[in-house]
Amino acid sequence: MATTEPSAQSDPQSGPETRQGIGVSPGTAYGPVVQVAPPVRPPANEPAVDDQEAALGDVKAAFEAVAVSLEERATRVEDTAQQILKATALIARDKGLVKAAAKQLEAGKGRANAIEGAIEQYAAQFEALGGYFAERVADLRDVGSRAVAAVLGVPAPGVPHFTEPSVVVAEDLAPAETATLDRALVVGIITEAGGRTSHTAILAAQMGIPAVVQLTGATSIESGTHVALDGDTGEVTIEPDLELVEQQRARAARRTEALGRLSGAGATSDGLGVALLANIGGVDDAVSAGALDLEGVGLFRTEFVYLSATKAPTVEEQTQIYRDVFAPFEGRRVVVRTLDAGADKPLKFADLGPEENPALGRRGLRLSAERPDLLDAQLEALAIAARETGADVRVMAPMVATAEEAAWFARRVRENGLPKAGVMIEVPGAALRARDVLGEVDFGSLGTNDLAQYTMAADRMQGALSDLLDPWQPAVLDVVGLACEGAKTVERPIGVCGESAGDPLLALVLVGLGVTSLSMAPSKVPVVRLALSLHTEAECQRLAQIARGSRTAVDAMGAVREAASSELTDLL
Amino acid sequence: MATRTVTIASSVGLHARPAALFVEAASNTGLDVEIAKPGEDPVDATSILGVMALGAKYGEEVVLTAEGDGADEALDSLVALLSRDLDAE
Repeated sequence: MATTEPSAQSDPQSGPETRQGIGVSPGTAYGPVVQVAPPVRPPANEPAVDDQEAALGDVKAAFEAVAVSLEERATRVEDTAQQILKATALIARDKGLVKAAAKQLEAGKGRANAIEGAIEQYAAQFEALGGYFAERVADLRDVGSRAVAAVLGVPAPGVPHFTEPSVVVAEDLAPAETATLDRALVVGIITEAGGRTSHTAILAAQMGIPAVVQLTGATSIESGTHVALDGDTGEVTIEPDLELVEQQRARAARRTEALGRLSGAGATSDGLGVALLANIGGVDDAVSAGALDLEGVGLFRTEFVYLSATKAPTVEEQTQIYRDVFAPFEGRRVVVRTLDAGADKPLKFADLGPEENPALGRRGLRLSAERPDLLDAQLEALAIAARETGADVRVMAPMVATAEEAAWFARRVRENGLPKAGVMIEVPGAALRARDVLGEVDFGSLGTNDLAQYTMAADRMQGALSDLLDPWQPAVLDVVGLACEGAKTVERPIGVCGESAGDPLLALVLVGLGVTSLSMAPSKVPVVRLALSLHTEAECQRLAQIARGSRTAVDAMGAVREAASSELTDLL
Repeated sequence: MATRTVTIASSVGLHARPAALFVEAASNTGLDVEIAKPGEDPVDATSILGVMALGAKYGEEVVLTAEGDGADEALDSLVALLSRDLDAE
């Protein structure tokens, strides 16, 4: 059993090793590493079996062992996670899988390959069905990988069973894996892959578990090694000394104390109001964010309403969902982003065919232009739900590039009886011409993740390009600055709803550039509220100048950190 | 052989939780129960993968068949199950 005391065994010459990753979910953690085992693949040269009956018995036993272990895990978790695990256990017990595996054995495959063959047969069927079914393929393959491990007698993939509070380390975590983590036992998460906006990052922030992604060599840290991680700075220290752990703990305690002192609307120390809002993606998020001290929702992503559907959801179906989302925000604002699908997120009922460059293709408002019926149904449902719940609903379109597009969207929004129309500013062209684009609507919202992707010509899905996608890139800050100037000219409010809004130092810079609201993962609201309360508007403007005056992203962050109030930076 | 036709009442169709509940109930009957879309090949109602792969959506009809003692009663209970919105419960 590993002890929770820091080890004294680190090399006295070099001291404990500190590595730099990207902090994506705030807070500090310390504990032993639990490595998540990677998926197990069957051996390529597995011979055919001599005794098919005995082999089939082994395959059956492997599936049964997987079902039993999943059911056992299900007893240790709650509600949603329990349902996911029970349903997965039911798959492992499916007679169809055993039958399919028997045919594979007859065809001359070895045990492990027969299991994988049977799984892939169903996977192909499910993928062809699309939508919800295609999403279940990950569960199916998980069952397969576990059964392969069982039949080969190697450790099962996924998060192993552990009883001591630990730091979970993986190449990357599948959404279902993250969702089934036991919050009481998982004190921190580290991944080698992933990015600032990866699923792990988003879920960890929502669950309030400190997390670091993009940590080189993370998967080669041995299980049981003690690590300290800081989900704000992205630093991970291997076998840290007691002093560092204490420093981190003390800082975390000071932070908790400082954050607890403040509440209510966001504002600079001289009283410039900056609305602090939540990014949400569904009814569950809305209910949990609705209970928090924040001014509303700055980004409600509506994709979930569509992505699992095989036919266009009706106005009635959508109204029901939107009502549930708006209800917790009576009297507060909810900014809804209309359907942002197409290209890389194709819809079963509105597929315009594959594209060479999906990020640059017919997605967002461009899809709505080809299928205005989808947009109209959504706007109608939003208008009904808004009237019924009393939430201050504002609607914005994604992927707007020109003033004509903005005008087209605003007209449709108003025709459907919704009072406020806005646009996302995520295309650099729209940022440069914000005066004209925002002149057509009531507000703008900077999607800094996509804006960075398009400004730096770097694919968001490419973890290796993370440096280019750093929102501290001076070029990205320039584009944000120009968009804010355009918004000011036509006197339109302009918010930020990318993850940069949740970085307390960057939030100060954004306010200095002219941003009037910040929308982020709800767990990041308190630290941003604190950061604002410690600076005047003029100080924010000076920090913005310092950032834009820097030559590199690293310089910009370093210089702003240096110039910001030490009362804030001492806590970060 | 007993046969029943029923319309799927679960708003998400016969997958996810509704499919799991149906498969569990079908297994508990101890009979050979099959489910099919009208005019299509039936699948084993105790196979979650088979039932999900049917892709039966909200408002669509499915045909249940069973043989043996108590087949009528078993199918009646399964029909009652599919007639509820299981996802909303």
